[in-house]
Amino acid sequence: MSVGEIAVIGAGMHPWGKFLGKSFVDIGVHAAKEALDDAGVEWEEIQFVSGANTVRNGYPGWVSGSTFANALGFQGCQLASSYAACASGVTALSIARAQILSGVCDVALVVGADQVPKGMFAPVPGDRPADVDWLRFRLMGLSNPAYFGLFARRRMAMHGDTQDDFAAVKVKNSLHGSKNPNARFSKTFTIDDVNSSPVVADPLRLLEICTTSDGGAALVVSSLDYAKKKGIDSPVRISGISTVGPTYPNAIIDMPYFSSDSWAMSGDPTHTFKNQIAQHAYKEAGITAEDLDFAEVYDLSSAYELDWYEHIGLCESGKAREILHNGDTSLGGRIPVNPSGGLGAFGEAIPAQAIAQVCELTWQLRGEAGERQVNSASVGLSINYGMFGHGSSVIARR
Amino acid sequence: MDPTAPSLIGGKGRTSGSYYFPKNLGGNDPACIQDDDREEILLSRFGKVWSYTSADYPPALPYIITEEPFRPFVIAAVHLEKEEMVICGQMMPGVEVADMDVGMEVELTLDVLYEDDQNQYMVWKWDPINGSAK
Repeated sequence: MSVGEIAVIGAGMHPWGKFLGKSFVDIGVHAAKEALDDAGVEWEEIQFVSGANTVRNGYPGWVSGSTFANALGFQGCQLASSYAACASGVTALSIARAQILSGVCDVALVVGADQVPKGMFAPVPGDRPADVDWLRFRLMGLSNPAYFGLFARRRMAMHGDTQDDFAAVKVKNSLHGSKNPNARFSKTFTIDDVNSSPVVADPLRLLEICTTSDGGAALVVSSLDYAKKKGIDSPVRISGISTVGPTYPNAIIDMPYFSSDSWAMSGDPTHTFKNQIAQHAYKEAGITAEDLDFAEVYDLSSAYELDWYEHIGLCESGKAREILHNGDTSLGGRIPVNPSGGLGAFGEAIPAQAIAQVCELTWQLRGEAGERQVNSASVGLSINYGMFGHGSSVIARR
Repeated sequence: MDPTAPSLIGGKGRTSGSYYFPKNLGGNDPACIQDDDREEILLSRFGKVWSYTSADYPPALPYIITEEPFRPFVIAAVHLEKEEMVICGQMMPGVEVADMDVGMEVELTLDVLYEDDQNQYMVWKWDPINGSAK
């Protein structure tokens, strides 16, 4: 496989939080304008807008490419709108990359933003007894945090992890997030703070489960030639993108399913889709986990971050807490994880979060991450996962 | 079906040999994507807890809260040895997190999910086998 690279020439973000007076359009436009300013590209120069959709904001959210283009002023460029749950942002980015590498366009704007009600995510309204996402709520009240709880308890049983190990992830990420002006939460927490917050989904507590946020993120991406013409000699480059789906049978249960696949025929009780996602990005980029300087992973819960260390190959299965406690994954360590503060400090804004991860890769690789700068960052990976089976991972380097 | 010894209805691939639950919502096996390829079978009634968690806050709709104030419940993901698959369900009311252990044996049972003027709607739950709870 030989995949060409594209350049990230602009990154922009709307700070994350709750913004009741704003719409997702306002939030996305703010991020888009920041990305355009950062790139030094005029809106009129953009040849393609790739929007990541929100399903909680009516029709404009389902046609986000057009919605954002309209809000910035229709100037006739090509548009796409995509939805892949939490992977939506990388799906939108992958379409922009395909357009650029195939020569359909030279420069594109990728945008995602969300504005959501407070509280846990719920299925889209309506009775749908053939939809597992609807059924899991109706039949057993299996909310998203319940899956995080199941994964966490499984780690405790299989690897001997403790609740204090999980709390230590939150402590680390809250420290990282306190150095990030775009993060929703700037407070730092101690193990005691975490352990005295109420249990939501045993063994996980309120401070360990990521909240739902409003937020937006945007990227201006281009061909390497275009970046050069703009005078950007050494741009951040995207070397690998993974949008893979699972390979049957998935022996580890995944949201929103309420059963695993059967491994009666495969004989492998450990096979999980989440181990496949980064592998494709590594293959495209021609690197391995050894080459990474830092990573942004999908810490929907504190314990889940530890799963991702193993899924992306930072350590063997069961060893995650070792590289957490020896400081490897903290700022200043061997391979800082979630230098941005991660979802623990941001919360989830579904169409924006995979793009926000790439913004962080960009700022880190340019050395513009301020107090949270990773030392000599030259290769970074982001990973997340869209419910129902959309993989999402990006490798960027400079 | 014996209501005191209920089973979940699943599927078994006629040629793939794999197991599916729910029978027709699984999809996903490229060797057995059609309903016709899946024979209806009753899944094992007994299994071992693969993992567990709790719902300490009320789940969102379409879950129907039948009691006020909300009573937290325990959820188990249970490994069926013969089928080599894990199936989630609530534990029976009264089971606490402190009663749970990964590896403990449980049995499938029925409980009322909610009721209206005409019907009681039943759902499967897991129940500790006597003596296996802590």
